[in-house]
Amino acid sequence: MIVVHENRAPEAVEMRKVYCDALVEAAQHDPRIVTVDCDLSTSCGTRGFAEVYPQRAFNVGIAEQHGCAMAGGLASTGLKPFFHSFAVFSSRRIYDQIFMSCAYAGQSVVIVGCDPGVTAENNGGTHMAFEDVGLLRMLPGITILEPTDSVMLRALLPQVIGNDGLFYLRLTRKKAMGIYKEDSTFTVGKAAVLCGGSDVTLVASGLLVSEALLAAEALAQEGIRARVVDMFSVKPLDEACILQCAAETGALVTAENASVLGGLGGAVAELLSERLPTPLERVGISDQFGQVGPVDYLKTHFGLTAAVIAEKAKRAISRKRT
Amino acid sequence: MKNNTRLEQMRRLSADIRIWTVRAIGEAGFGHIGGSASIADVLAVLYGGVMEIDPQRPTWEDRDRLVLSKGHAAPALYAALALEGFFPMQWLSTLNKPGTTLPSHADGRLVPGVDMSTGSLGQGISAAVGIAAGSRLQGRENWTYCIVGDGELNEGEVWEACEAANHFRLDKLVVFVDWNKRQIDGKLEEVSDPVGIEEKFRAFGFDVQTVPGHDTTAIYHAVRRAQETGGTPHAIVLDTCKGMGIHFAEAVPFNHYLTFDRAMAEEAVAEIERRYARGTYPGGACK
Repeated sequence: MIVVHENRAPEAVEMRKVYCDALVEAAQHDPRIVTVDCDLSTSCGTRGFAEVYPQRAFNVGIAEQHGCAMAGGLASTGLKPFFHSFAVFSSRRIYDQIFMSCAYAGQSVVIVGCDPGVTAENNGGTHMAFEDVGLLRMLPGITILEPTDSVMLRALLPQVIGNDGLFYLRLTRKKAMGIYKEDSTFTVGKAAVLCGGSDVTLVASGLLVSEALLAAEALAQEGIRARVVDMFSVKPLDEACILQCAAETGALVTAENASVLGGLGGAVAELLSERLPTPLERVGISDQFGQVGPVDYLKTHFGLTAAVIAEKAKRAISRKRT
Repeated sequence: MKNNTRLEQMRRLSADIRIWTVRAIGEAGFGHIGGSASIADVLAVLYGGVMEIDPQRPTWEDRDRLVLSKGHAAPALYAALALEGFFPMQWLSTLNKPGTTLPSHADGRLVPGVDMSTGSLGQGISAAVGIAAGSRLQGRENWTYCIVGDGELNEGEVWEACEAANHFRLDKLVVFVDWNKRQIDGKLEEVSDPVGIEEKFRAFGFDVQTVPGHDTTAIYHAVRRAQETGGTPHAIVLDTCKGMGIHFAEAVPFNHYLTFDRAMAEEAVAEIERRYARGTYPGGACK
């Protein structure tokens, strides 16, 4: 069951605190849970875990490659390691370690990438991971989740803990826009449909979910009925949902805080082109580097806004065969 | 078992590991013979006298672990595992053939007894650090062993792992360095010399020994000495020769990966047996 707030507002608590509190609580009952940090436990919010469980928190310093392969080793002894760093380092810097010592080695490791996409803000282009989703999506068997708000994060974490395999959690560390009411439930691999609509489907993830809802509201003013889907599970993609939306609405827009090359936009395009060719427009980063700036500035700069989503929705609708 | 008997069995096992390694590679027609031959003796010590393992229960959680960080030497590891009964000897003749359970590089997904998949150099030692830390956290008494190549010391991650091993005081971790003096493109000093191997491990807080790396008795005593020395992680530098014990590999400078057939493999087996019988095994000298 999913219940959406009528009036959306930024949440009261930062995502990193919600994450850390939930992990600490889970670790009370699950002795397998350990953390690996790379001198960013303060930034990623996991310092609290180390304070409660100093023996179970491995801070390896600024040594991400080692930390990731070490996590593979920890997992091979039966532990459940959560590796934390900024999304740039949790993906491109340690890609081979994730592949080799986690994925290929068959180890159940959870890689957490904080500050994805434009939420890297003032760290700028060097630290702005747009490519992480596309890179990691190519790893066989990985599950990629981007929790939209704290309610979803708390709902998904037990599934991450309770299932074997390699996970990538793409995690905003500051306050997310609250989309869901408490007690909403989510299942890995199942998209959340936030509102119905028969003219076009807006498939969004993370930061762009609230923009997609705003776009749907703007489109409604013009008599266009947009369906909004939160595709928080980028892999496995909810293919049945996408295909149903394509069949029922005949046009789609994806929206993500990542590169459309290989990201959610890439995933949906691959699916539709093979299974049900349907007009598709993609909102996201298109083959560009990031830059410094506050989130709102960067969203506008890179076209990650409700206005752009609405415009692309109309374009997708106009491409429908009459 | 009397110690002398055990030591003699380890010497015999090192000959058998070489024999079955060269046969498996000869059957495939090509493979990483040089770096496999140089670690046959340390494998004989680990599997023949040191490691607490149970071939019937390869995933027994309290077992000692070995991470072959230089994963390309998997043929020698597979030979040791087969000889110890982890899987049928017949598997060895499928080495590197399409559909095999014994691929080129050490594969923990497919091979019973391989504790970690390796092959992308520098990572196995990090995994070994994780295994040692995870074992200790869970109150286990087991030891974690790791074999890194000397060329592999070029990888910066090796030193990240060493820093962590010291920081976390992982004193049930033993890292062997196969100091066989050569990497793929030539001698260490010609390619990228990891100078001061002993000194570097010592600077990283390790208890360090260097031993003749083809002397199973010397390796065995070094391991026992390490196990009696608490408080720090351990490094044992094995002074070895790449290709040692495989006469035709000893004779060529570039022996990382060689092409040869069954007949050459059987000649090598005969030479291994001759040297073993003379008691000078594995013989030969570093070129």
